[in-house]
Amino acid sequence: MNVDLQAVEDAAKALYIRALKVLPPDIKDGFARLQQHESGATAQSLLGTMVRNIAVAEQTDNLLCQDTGIPIYNVTLGRGVRIDGFELQQAIRRGCARATREYPLRSSVVHPLTRKNEHTSCGIGVPVIHIDFSDAADTLTIEMIPKGSGSENGSFLRMAIPAEGVDAIKTFVIDCVLAAGGKTCPPTIVGVGLGGTSDLVVALAKRAATRPLGSVCSDAEGAALERRLSEAVNQLGVGPQGLGGDSTAFAVHIELAATHITMNPIAVNMQCHSARRARATFTPAGVEYGF
Amino acid sequence: MAHHVLEMPVTEAQVRALRINDTVTLQRTLYGIRDATQIHMFDRGRRTRFDLQGHAVIHTAPNVRKVPLDADDRAEHPAGYAPVCIGTTTSDRMERFTRPLMEREGVRMIIGKGGLRDGSSQAFAELGGVYLAIVGGTAALETTWIERIEDVDLDDLNPESLWRFAIRDFGPLLVAMDSHGGSLYRTVQADTAARRAQVLASLGVKA
Repeated sequence: MNVDLQAVEDAAKALYIRALKVLPPDIKDGFARLQQHESGATAQSLLGTMVRNIAVAEQTDNLLCQDTGIPIYNVTLGRGVRIDGFELQQAIRRGCARATREYPLRSSVVHPLTRKNEHTSCGIGVPVIHIDFSDAADTLTIEMIPKGSGSENGSFLRMAIPAEGVDAIKTFVIDCVLAAGGKTCPPTIVGVGLGGTSDLVVALAKRAATRPLGSVCSDAEGAALERRLSEAVNQLGVGPQGLGGDSTAFAVHIELAATHITMNPIAVNMQCHSARRARATFTPAGVEYGF
Repeated sequence: MAHHVLEMPVTEAQVRALRINDTVTLQRTLYGIRDATQIHMFDRGRRTRFDLQGHAVIHTAPNVRKVPLDADDRAEHPAGYAPVCIGTTTSDRMERFTRPLMEREGVRMIIGKGGLRDGSSQAFAELGGVYLAIVGGTAALETTWIERIEDVDLDDLNPESLWRFAIRDFGPLLVAMDSHGGSLYRTVQADTAARRAQVLASLGVKA
């Protein structure tokens, strides 16, 4: 399957705007579950405002949140997909810049030293573009995640050691949720990366934080731990916006990798309640948009 | 837990009447301010031509659309900007600017999400100020409370300019920190810290 570069550019633009406007159904279901179990009056009121905002955004065709985030594009190339990799990256950059200028969106991206904003949501190394491969024949998917900064600032890395064991993991996750408090716009998805190297473990945490609600860690031990941690974090009482309540997180998600005999790396990355993502799937039949 | 409707600007007495868990709806005028705005105002000595005495500022950097000078609806967009999506951001990063905002500029109310720290609580108590919590991530809704962008200053920092919004029925907002030392965030933090040991024990973590 050949993929048209103009179609990729158009999709990169459309995905950014779509992700900012429409929350995936699994997140909406997540809100409904939290509303069923929340015992705090203030917390219920805050959840109600969040749910109302989702409807207002759809009714007024507006962005859910003012934070257009750091744009992230996760590209997965299936078997038999033919495309020039460099051109693919350039097409995504162009689409991201066009979304920003043409909509127009707030460009939230600046140079880290000069703080200069090019007003394109692009800069050195941004948008973040990850390219991966899959077994699916004649399929190219692009997942777009506008990652909000309030939750991204709630990112933590700890290179624990083997003698600290799983207790170090549990303690670190709980302490990160406490340290984040209301700053990460709870209820959050708490993404936990385990194992690998220092860079891989942080990437795993991000993948965990942006996984759909209801999805489960593919490793059985990881799945068991994420269930226990999901229950535990909602006993802490942080609540929506850090103002108290049962609804601190939609879930804790874990992604893991093998690691070195001397290492026990742990990373935490959080996704805010406006857990935005959008997906375009290219097949020989055309482009289809979803989540 | 009273509800207050306040025409901006307000007096010190009006602010001192607010208590945590009260709710507030603001009318008329609101200013938007952000990290870069305050870094330039207080670290780099820049001054604004706006009079912020008795006013409320919201921690924000909005999505806006530029409106040409000769547009038909120019009167609706006196600053040359139309609002697209306006919400709030995490306040904690701007903690150290609370006192200078109040002392130098006369600001009485700060609106944001996630709360401020003890330094701000002290400034609110000494100088007469409050922190009003707005729900983060609900900007589509909050945009409907904003009538227009009336003026803009320090616009070289765009989108982190100093914005003046005309507002109608902006709220309800929750009084989360008051001028009597009250802070819902401090209460919740004490509560969550107290629960930590029990939660870790439930996970089988050895003390």
